[in-house]
Amino acid sequence: MFDWGWVSNNITDEILPALIGHIYLSFVSVAIALLISLPIGILVSRYRKVYPPVTFITGLLFSIPSLALFALLVSVPGLGLGSTTVIIALVSYSLLVLIRNVVAGIDSVPEETRDAARGMGLTNRQILFRVELPLALPVIVAGIRIATVTIIGIATIGAYISGGGLGELIFTGISRNFPTRVIVGAVLATLLAVLADLTLLAVERYLRPWARTRRA
Amino acid sequence: MNSLLEVFQRPDFLSQLVVHVELSVVALLIGVAIALPAAIAVSRSPLASTIVINIANTGRAVPSLAILALVFPLLGFGFAPSLVALVLLAIPPILINASTGLMQVSPQVIDAARGMGLSDGQILGRIKLPIAAPVIFAGIRTSAVQVVASATLATFIGGGGLGELIVLGFQRNDLAIQIGGSLTVAMLAIITEVSFGALERTFTPKGLRIARKHRGK
Repeated sequence: MFDWGWVSNNITDEILPALIGHIYLSFVSVAIALLISLPIGILVSRYRKVYPPVTFITGLLFSIPSLALFALLVSVPGLGLGSTTVIIALVSYSLLVLIRNVVAGIDSVPEETRDAARGMGLTNRQILFRVELPLALPVIVAGIRIATVTIIGIATIGAYISGGGLGELIFTGISRNFPTRVIVGAVLATLLAVLADLTLLAVERYLRPWARTRRA
Repeated sequence: MNSLLEVFQRPDFLSQLVVHVELSVVALLIGVAIALPAAIAVSRSPLASTIVINIANTGRAVPSLAILALVFPLLGFGFAPSLVALVLLAIPPILINASTGLMQVSPQVIDAARGMGLSDGQILGRIKLPIAAPVIFAGIRTSAVQVVASATLATFIGGGGLGELIVLGFQRNDLAIQIGGSLTVAMLAIITEVSFGALERTFTPKGLRIARKHRGK
């Protein structure tokens, strides 16, 4: 059932490019989503009133099934098939988790710490960049981890609208009834997601030295 | 707009909607029937619970298309293989939340119950499960939304459902079918999310709600 010959023949011209394309898609999407979520999250932590509408809209986006969102975006004039449309969908899926964790991270900073910083003469901007964001980092990284794993999974479906990546192997494998392609694509996507999960979990633990010592 | 209304009147629209709901409901029920007893079975040992939670967490990272795709070489095309894949997707969120919820019940509460002469079965049914209920339902909700969304992908391995319409729209380059199918799936997912959220609040025991209010939450 599994054709090892196909794998060794196609590793450089088909499998590796699909893997690299998948990593590229996921990385770019998380990066763009983070650039959008950080300022929104900081804004929300200052003006609480906008939090419910922000979570409502991003929550709505998050709950739309990916194939449906892809199909809707493709029909938008000017977008069509391709990786740009896939990246837009992947970014919109990450917003809820990232914004929520930026806000939760800033919220987790004790009021006394802020007071102490203010007492030392730090301006609001200095408090944000030198106190709040560094202390919020572990929670933000936790958000990045969930977003990354989600995106690596959804990106496989993006191949259906010509976004490339590992989903390409899965879809062509199914349509040509060639299980080896399907298995290679699915297993690599799974490994990539699990690896990203474990790596970012390690980063998260590293950034929380106080939790490490407590556990030890 | 008119062509969109025509989509909803297509004979295959209703039948695929029914298949979609059928796939989702059955997958979720089987998922609960497997995950909940499993979580209860390991709940008395913190070590076993932690191991199960970690395995389920890794399981959650597996892309849904990958699970459907891996089921296809093993079981082939059709409704049943899709159902198997969806059950596999439904299990991890319920398992994680049920194990976590049962583990978080404070030992003092259990001690008090034992002191009052409750048996192990009574402690489970009257103390642990009601206290863990909100967390367990949150897991079932996550699972339900994920299953409804992933059922859209069942079309790729011949399972039917609303994904069939989206794919048909792509193949025929028919925007109305594509959008009609997509909007229906999106609505279905949002309805699932909202109604399970309501269910979660209903199943929060009154005592817990009062306790939460007192803590100022």
